[in-house]
Amino acid sequence: MRGLLHLGLAAGVGLALWQGIVWATDLPPFILPGPDRVARTMIDSAAVLAGQAGFTALNLAVGMAAGVALGIVTALQLALSPGARLLVRPLLVFAQAVPVFALAPIITLWLGYGAPSKIVMVALVIYFPVTSALFDGLMRLPPGLEDLAQALQARPLRKLVLLQLPNALPALGSGLRLAAVYAPFAVVVGEWVGSSRGLGYLMLMANGRGQTDLMFAALIVLAGMSVTLFFAIDRLARRWGREA
Amino acid sequence: MTGAAPALRIAGDLRLGTQTLCRDLLLEVPGGGWTVLLGRSGVGKSTLGRLIAGLATPARLIGGIAASDDRPLAGRVAVMAQGDQLLPWANALSNATIGAQLRGKAPDRARARTLLARAGLNGLEHRRPAQLSGGQRQRVALVRTLIEDKPVVVLDEPFSALDAGTRAAMQDLAARMLAGRTVILITHDPLEAARLAHRAFLLGSEGARRLDLPDRSPPRPIDAAETLAAQGAFYGALLGRAAA
Repeated sequence: MRGLLHLGLAAGVGLALWQGIVWATDLPPFILPGPDRVARTMIDSAAVLAGQAGFTALNLAVGMAAGVALGIVTALQLALSPGARLLVRPLLVFAQAVPVFALAPIITLWLGYGAPSKIVMVALVIYFPVTSALFDGLMRLPPGLEDLAQALQARPLRKLVLLQLPNALPALGSGLRLAAVYAPFAVVVGEWVGSSRGLGYLMLMANGRGQTDLMFAALIVLAGMSVTLFFAIDRLARRWGREA
Repeated sequence: MTGAAPALRIAGDLRLGTQTLCRDLLLEVPGGGWTVLLGRSGVGKSTLGRLIAGLATPARLIGGIAASDDRPLAGRVAVMAQGDQLLPWANALSNATIGAQLRGKAPDRARARTLLARAGLNGLEHRRPAQLSGGQRQRVALVRTLIEDKPVVVLDEPFSALDAGTRAAMQDLAARMLAGRTVILITHDPLEAARLAHRAFLLGSEGARRLDLPDRSPPRPIDAAETLAAQGAFYGALLGRAAA
């Protein structure tokens, strides 16, 4: 609740600043439209915006789910098997060093202009932070619990599920927070590189036609989407943090 | 209890790398009674406890630990440490039965309830560690140790973080509930040693010295003159004075 209040306050200050700049500099609307103009565009083009936002949001959600699921499975597998660690860990480090955003043109080339390339983009970008955060959490069992597992002759899989995983939930939460920040970038970059739908596509199109107000409107919807995603994830992560 | 409580013979040099923590150690631990290892911190008494319990430690005992029944000790030792090592996300009942869960066996909840009640935790089975006091948490840890039903129990300063009154109550409870098992209690508290020991050793770098105990059998009343006299003598021994 307090977070929302602060957010509202920050948004208010931002809007006032924006309007102030528009008044002070008297810039033409195709360079910097005022908040009033953008708000009117948002209302007038609500149907278009909603349609494109739906496409983007769906890809975002599916990509997030896929990336998180893959990341969790990978981290669990790595924690369970020293052999897998030996093989996959250097690969993970290498993959993390490659700027995933730079892969967008290749992914679009392979998967086309539709939803799959965006979903894969999102999944790929968040896969590494989720995997490495959860893996670190799984491997950081307090020494006392390590002793407990040894003294009680725990089976590796049981130890993973009953001790390591609950203990790693706060770390997974941090990974998910990072994912929530990166995922909207990924989906928009995917749409910029090649798409016939979505908010990113709408922004490019509006930009090409000099409809700066529509560009701003799309940007605001996108920002709203990102912030909602982040707060939802943050809430989940906080609850995990409290329980562990 | 699974098998009769064996006597133990612990002999050798306790080494950490090239450093010798304890030379010419010889501990004759009677079966079915409490043996107290008293010592200041840094003499390797916790390390010795870990070796008896089969826990990972960088130290080595050049010599050996032999049980009077000539069977290996592995799998016959339960441990209780200073930290309660309870899982913060699990309730008291689940924490008490974590051993069976970790081995993939069905936990004996009825027995756990009985033991929790005997430990004075009636009605608190569904509380999480954060909702229990330090003494209550240590009682859960005691039940978790007890439910393993091992003939040998290593207690590594399990009461040292508790306040004086709670500690005295826990000592009585542990003496009652662990009766008949071969218990090795590691402590730096002379009063605890004076109260609980059937046999007591002072551990130093020059090996173990057997300490004289009052005739009365443990647990000795905390305010009995003979208990307090033994406490005084143990303090003297800890400080390196010759036994009176």
